[in-house]
Amino acid sequence: MTADAISVTNLTKTFGGQRSLFGGRSHEVKAVKDVTLALKQGETLAIVGESGSGKSTLARMVVGLETPTSGEMQIAGKDAAVLNAEGPRAFGQMIQYVFQDPVSSLNPRKTIGSILETPLRLLKGYDRAKRKARMKELMDAVHMPADSLERYPHEFSGGQSQRIAIARALAAEPQIMVLDEPVSALDVSVQAQVLLLLEDLRKEFDLSYLFISHDLAVVESISDRVAVMFFGEVVEVGSSEQLFRSPQHEYTERLISSAPRLETGAN
Amino acid sequence: MTAQTVDTAVPAKEKARRPTAWQLLMNNKLAAAGFYVISAIVLIALLSPILPLPDPNATAPADRLKPIFSEGHLLGTDQLGRDLLARLIWGTRVSLLVGVSASLIAAFFGSLIGLVAGYAGGRSDNLIMRGIDMLMAFPYILLALAIVAALGPGLLNALYAIAIVNIPFFARNVRGITLGLSRREFVDAARLSGKSHVAIVLTEILPNVLPIIVITMSTTVGWMILETAGLSFLGLGAQPPQADLGSMLGQGRSLLFTNPMVSIIPGIMVFLIVMSINLLGDGVRDALDPRLRAGALSRPMAVTRIDRRSVPEPAKGDDDAALVVAELETSFETTRGPEPAVKGISFHVRKGECLGLIGESGSGKSVTALSLLGLVASPPGVITNGSARIEGRGVLGLSESEISSFRGGKVSYVFQDPLTTLHPLFTIGDQVAEAVRAHQPASRSDAYAKAVELLKTVRIPDPEARASAYPHELSGGQRQRVGIAMALANDPDIIIADEPTTALDVTVQAEILRLLQVLREERGLALLFITHDFGVVAEICDRVAVMRFGEIVEAGDTATVLGNPQHDYTKRLIACVPKPGQGRAFLDAVRKLPARDKGARRT
Amino acid sequence: MAAYIAKRLLAAIPVLLGLSVIVFLIMAMIPGDPATAILGSYATPENVEKLNRDLGLDKSLPQQYLIWLGNIVQGDFGRSYALNRPVLDEVLERFSATLILAGTALILCTVFGLLAGIVSAVRQFGWTDRIVTFFVLIGISIPSFFLGLLLILFFAVQLRWFPASGMFAIYGGGDLPDLLYHLVLPATTLAAVATGVVARLTRTSMLEVLRQDYIRTARAKGLSERKVIYVHALKAAMVSVVPVIGLQAGFVLGGAVYIETVFQWPGIGAMLVKAISTRDLLLVQGGVLFVAAAYVFVNLVADVIQSMLDPRLKT
Repeated sequence: MTADAISVTNLTKTFGGQRSLFGGRSHEVKAVKDVTLALKQGETLAIVGESGSGKSTLARMVVGLETPTSGEMQIAGKDAAVLNAEGPRAFGQMIQYVFQDPVSSLNPRKTIGSILETPLRLLKGYDRAKRKARMKELMDAVHMPADSLERYPHEFSGGQSQRIAIARALAAEPQIMVLDEPVSALDVSVQAQVLLLLEDLRKEFDLSYLFISHDLAVVESISDRVAVMFFGEVVEVGSSEQLFRSPQHEYTERLISSAPRLETGAN
Repeated sequence: MTAQTVDTAVPAKEKARRPTAWQLLMNNKLAAAGFYVISAIVLIALLSPILPLPDPNATAPADRLKPIFSEGHLLGTDQLGRDLLARLIWGTRVSLLVGVSASLIAAFFGSLIGLVAGYAGGRSDNLIMRGIDMLMAFPYILLALAIVAALGPGLLNALYAIAIVNIPFFARNVRGITLGLSRREFVDAARLSGKSHVAIVLTEILPNVLPIIVITMSTTVGWMILETAGLSFLGLGAQPPQADLGSMLGQGRSLLFTNPMVSIIPGIMVFLIVMSINLLGDGVRDALDPRLRAGALSRPMAVTRIDRRSVPEPAKGDDDAALVVAELETSFETTRGPEPAVKGISFHVRKGECLGLIGESGSGKSVTALSLLGLVASPPGVITNGSARIEGRGVLGLSESEISSFRGGKVSYVFQDPLTTLHPLFTIGDQVAEAVRAHQPASRSDAYAKAVELLKTVRIPDPEARASAYPHELSGGQRQRVGIAMALANDPDIIIADEPTTALDVTVQAEILRLLQVLREERGLALLFITHDFGVVAEICDRVAVMRFGEIVEAGDTATVLGNPQHDYTKRLIACVPKPGQGRAFLDAVRKLPARDKGARRT
Repeated sequence: MAAYIAKRLLAAIPVLLGLSVIVFLIMAMIPGDPATAILGSYATPENVEKLNRDLGLDKSLPQQYLIWLGNIVQGDFGRSYALNRPVLDEVLERFSATLILAGTALILCTVFGLLAGIVSAVRQFGWTDRIVTFFVLIGISIPSFFLGLLLILFFAVQLRWFPASGMFAIYGGGDLPDLLYHLVLPATTLAAVATGVVARLTRTSMLEVLRQDYIRTARAKGLSERKVIYVHALKAAMVSVVPVIGLQAGFVLGGAVYIETVFQWPGIGAMLVKAISTRDLLLVQGGVLFVAAAYVFVNLVADVIQSMLDPRLKT
């Protein structure tokens, strides 16, 4: 049996609570409470929840941007604490992240080329010629013209920027991608295209996705399994089909019934 | 796969070439003037060793206190017979050198401190900034004075003192920007790309902070020249025989009543230098600060500017509707002339009816909503054509006070993000009461009582107590309820809701939509509902109009438009919305969609 | 509110301690033997030895600081050998004169700065705006000591409207009208720069606030434009203007150094300049500490006013 892509056990993250200058304790917030989850090799696991549910904190811990307060994490069978000690490079080679706001995730003062080059140089150690070739391939993979490389982020729309951000994540040739609300900031028509791109890339590069979203309909269209988070806890996990058809937890039910729907019977 | 290059057809065509920062600077007449004056002064100061000037320190008691324009002494001489022009030019050289060096030193150390504190964050940040605050707790020039007192008078010591005193300004400005940048996703992304902390600070953050450093330098270098001159004026800076402008002024002071020119000439020079640097500095700030670049600082007028080509009559049969809009066109002034955002659209909303206006970003739906009562920010907005009639009366041509009586009276608005649309410094009770008093002759306490009543209507729990809360103390859903309470204050006939649930979680959204629905039925309101979400339209609207690029491409009953869309764009949009139960089939359907027409504007 | 003020007062204590550390360290920077440096020409061997003992110079730096701080807390700022009187007496006497000058200037710059800023924001790009902007530019570019000289030249020498120097007439003066008469020129000069800064900032923050979404909401409610500007926008703008007025207190207290020298105003600034040139370092130390403490207090008041305006700051 191959190891899970990601497995977390009793993961907890607490913010605040440090001693202040005068000895009082600042307000403590448990963003993630005792979460146990596994992302299987090659699957898309969606994490659904509303604002404040802790889904983004969970995602950031998985890629090492946030350190868990307690609990265990294994990335592709390796202990995250060991990876953490090796520094961000160890994480970056295995797992990459796509952020919600594509505009904010690209440095406005760098060309797309130099943004893409960084992981190729630092994580893959490619020489100049290889980097150049890879950058062209990456642009091609996300359906962007090669001349985009000399341009600056402000010259691109939200959808295009998100494609570039996806290309940057792919550059590290990771096995796992964490997608944090990757289509929430986009218009519907663009959103559908980016979702399709993500699905195609997953098949092409044999990736495993951890897909964070608040949008149930989007989640249903792309995920194999779904975990529902509510105030830091996972209240329900199940296969996509089963969970949407017969939700077990009361909160899941409320989420599904609240989502506005197009009752047109199309398709 | 080629079929899906929809939004990527062309990497955004550049919207006519943007002017460079330098061009922007030179377009600013005052800044350009400042630039030329300071350049001339710097040039002369640099050339002073090769200019045919007498020795600035050569005394000639016989020639003392010659008036201005004397033979051989263009600006006259001082009390020791030294040539004032030569002293002025050499003094300028010293003053500039000291001022610029001080600002470079302050900029270097201040920025370094700011970058480290801002990037490190947390405790180190706290500790460093406390130290900086200590330095700032001294009245500006006093600390410099204390330092000079300890080190002893002298130009170099004055330079150090001024530099130290200015370090906190740079540290604070740079730290503020760095702190914001460090939380941006691109820093996380760089980290995941394998960059070290030092590399991130130097190659990711510093390039973004550089403009701020330049702005801070250009706005403080004038000050530093002024303050070094000040220390010299007090006799604590340049020591004789060395002279800078400040010490010239200080020494000339004793002759103020008899020979004022000896002190006025260096004084004017300091003034010229500082003023030209300030003008240039303001220009640099405006050119580098993108917010100002967009002209964002011009003040929006009370009512959108109106410059209509025509005032069309409403279409037949529409005249009894609560709101009738005909051929509305709203444009934005740009450097290349007005560009229409809404291109001649017509629609109507009847009493008790809900019309949905749906479109993607940039479709002009919000501009349409704001145009109706002249709320589009102007400049740059202009209503260039069309009419809007409310109960038969054209509202676009009305005077400011007449249009104000419609706003919040017969017609009220509910906006998108209630955190930014409610005033942060007034309690919600006061804000609702104010809406009441704007249209009804009520006493302060009556209006407040009415406000509490309204908060109850929109189901805010414990309205008496909540009325004295400030917006930041409420949840997003509650804030939006306050927005709706405010809209209901004067029993409006029409409510224009601009994406009222977009910022909210789905469960909260469902509650707000239910509330709006109930209010509409109870009060027979006409509701114009702006949204980008087809699900919301299906839930709440009787009719829907689909907008794209400022035009309505399709309109009709909600069920008809959603169930059997006619226009390609509508079809495509609906196909792009994943439906519950559709699962992975959705993506297969998207794959089959035809490529969108090329040359469509960027999304 | 009371709790908040108490909290701010408590927080001022470390700031004051920090100030004292900085002042102490600056004095410890003095090259050579401090006692000789402080005493200068008064340095008889007995005096040097006595001062060494008073300052605890045979002890370590932290110990010296504690001794020094202990003395100050008890009101002992040392002795000015040049003036042959306790530093505290001299500083207190001079400080009241500075307070009158700087206080007046602060009031002037607040009133005129706010008015000018508001008017020029409301009439943006109009003639009033241009005139205000022009004067603001001159105000912030002209050296205050030079402006002082020009005003003396014009109003005291040419027109003879106001006296050129001093706080009271030498003969027969001493009452309030006499003080005000002497105050006009120095206070105006001192306020000029600060007025420019306040006006500029008020204009910018008004313009910034007027673009906020909640201003659009206020208009959408049907409020009159007057109410929108003078209630909704002004209150929000004041949140960022108030701390800058607090900062101006620092500029007028510091700027008093020049103005008091130019107008021979018997305040603490003129005292400091003289003390520095005679190397009367204990007097410098006492004076700096005193003015800085006063400034901390003004900023504390500005903080409290700001938090009264903005409820978000209180938490």
